[in-house]
Amino acid sequence: MKVFQIILGLWLTAVIVCAYVFPIVPEITGWYQYPVIPGLEEKARILFFHVPLAWTSVVGFLVSVFFAVRYLRAKKLDDDIRSSSAAGLGLLFCALTTLTGAIWAKFSWGSFWNWDPRETSIFVLLLIYGAYFALRSSIQEDEKRATLAAVYAIIAGVTMPFLMFVMPRIIESLHPDPIINTKGKVSMNSTMLVVFLSSLAGFTGLFFWIYSLKVRLARLESGRSTEGA
Amino acid sequence: MSGRGFIGITAAVFRKDTSSELRTRYALNALFLFTVTTLSIILFSFQSATVPTQVHAGLLWVLIFFAAMSGLSRAFITEEDRGTILLLKLSTISTPVFYGKLLFNVLLLLALTTVLTVLYALVVPGFAVEGLWTLCTALFLGTVGLASASTIIGALIAKANARGTLYPVLSFPIVLPLLLTVIRATTTAMENPSWGAASGEYRVLLSYIVVINAASYLVFDFIWKD
Amino acid sequence: MHNIAISARDLRKDFNRMPVFSGVSFDLGRGETLAVSGRNGSGKSTLLKIVASLLSPTSGTVSMIADGSPVPGRFMFRHIGMVAPYLQVYEEFTALENLSIIDRIRGGSHTAADYERLLSMVSLGKRKHDHVRTFSSGMKQRLKYALAWMERPALLLLDEPRTNLDAEGIAMMLTLFEDQRREGMVIIATNEQEDVDICASRISLGYDGAAKGGGS
Repeated sequence: MKVFQIILGLWLTAVIVCAYVFPIVPEITGWYQYPVIPGLEEKARILFFHVPLAWTSVVGFLVSVFFAVRYLRAKKLDDDIRSSSAAGLGLLFCALTTLTGAIWAKFSWGSFWNWDPRETSIFVLLLIYGAYFALRSSIQEDEKRATLAAVYAIIAGVTMPFLMFVMPRIIESLHPDPIINTKGKVSMNSTMLVVFLSSLAGFTGLFFWIYSLKVRLARLESGRSTEGA
Repeated sequence: MSGRGFIGITAAVFRKDTSSELRTRYALNALFLFTVTTLSIILFSFQSATVPTQVHAGLLWVLIFFAAMSGLSRAFITEEDRGTILLLKLSTISTPVFYGKLLFNVLLLLALTTVLTVLYALVVPGFAVEGLWTLCTALFLGTVGLASASTIIGALIAKANARGTLYPVLSFPIVLPLLLTVIRATTTAMENPSWGAASGEYRVLLSYIVVINAASYLVFDFIWKD
Repeated sequence: MHNIAISARDLRKDFNRMPVFSGVSFDLGRGETLAVSGRNGSGKSTLLKIVASLLSPTSGTVSMIADGSPVPGRFMFRHIGMVAPYLQVYEEFTALENLSIIDRIRGGSHTAADYERLLSMVSLGKRKHDHVRTFSSGMKQRLKYALAWMERPALLLLDEPRTNLDAEGIAMMLTLFEDQRREGMVIIATNEQEDVDICASRISLGYDGAAKGGGS
């Protein structure tokens, strides 16, 4: 665990340094340079943080749904702790995604919010997380809360793909193509791609590290509430 | 247990809910008042302004969504609150109860959608429809999908506290893909006379209905127990 | 009526990780009766709900054997009738309608004459066309007996069976109990000594969280 923390720390430091320090130049002359992406320029650096954040908020949701299914199968409260911890972190990352996206949108598109399909999808994910915790806080009994929250997570899990499918058909996307492009054409150079993928991996690692801490904390808290009462 | 099978029991649950509603009129009264109030607010605010078709389509579905939110949660809440849910649990298994109530909610919302749409078309100026069959198909599929999602969420919140506020909060993200699609289909109906013009939307609506009902079928048993 | 036996093994129920009771076991066969007693909050009603499979235990099992083969948990309700304060009838319907509605939902095929016979058995014959909303609580309790008795269940679960009943109602309840004991099983959750005395065996809940006494 300790080794993992140290590696994760070094890894993310390296990602941050590479993301900010490497210059963006029109003509690439060295391995450490990023190409200019038309329309993004210096603002392209957002993709090293914003996209991994969005990715981890979706990972949080999937982990939460996975443990929700497991809870309903075996009715072990530990699975509920895992499911809700993942959702809690997902909510945090989702909020950060919305925030970083909004700041970036202000500078690129001129306003904080534009109801672009991806903005809307992440907003709906935020609503789902919010609804999930509103539901949890309205039920006092542990077993019942676990069951109903799991059921809601699963229902949200099966309807979310519709949104991913429906949204882009309805609203024109403003999102820059190179970030997650549909035609499989990547206009990043290999350096940029390596830093980007390292950042994805780093943030995923960060997610699972905080997640394991949260799960341990939640277990201790539930244990204490049993003894205290 | 002899005689009737699954369909008979589903029908019995549906008939019980229908005659209970006809006798007490809790949902019907609330929905009638809801329709009158919201339509008059729209009329007051529009005055003589002309509004683009997309706004009409959106507004109509906002009305239907909130009507569903005010009327469809009762099916399960009333059983839970009065303690009659235990009587049902001692009488049958989960699935026919769910489908009986789903059928009740679907028919209630279909009736409501019909009334709302007809009234909207009659009293709100500027609501003109080119493709009547597109509109009917969109309204039908949208209503069935909305009623399906509302029924399972209604079953869920019947077990929770603070249901009044929780119901739309939990339902909205779930039905948003459906609402966006059906609003698009309704807009198409107002602009394009061809029935096939919204065929992509019909397919999305249809698969939404299939998916939400399959998921409901799988999870309802967990809500039912405990 | 089938030849049915029910057995509970090491039942435990937790609420919010706090044990309500644990280690509850009993066996009940045809012609046997059991009283469950214990102070308020000791889980008498919870135990009855678990036996009726309205609630799942945290651990332990309830199993039912009908004519030599086990009954799956989700179908146990077919052999169970229950009368309890938290089990309610439909107030917007008449007594007769309540019987016919529940009969149809059970998939049963009783006739109007059957319903009337049941209602006169619980002395509600004269009020059969009245809405339950106009009934006194004692009359509702009688209607619950009629509903529980309709299918002649193998196992009758009675939670506080005397609730709201007058002398005549209690006499009716006792007759029903005797009838049921001849062919089936009864479990009563109660703190009344009279109810405990009419049962052949007894368990007490809530002493140090574990059950004392034993099944027959």
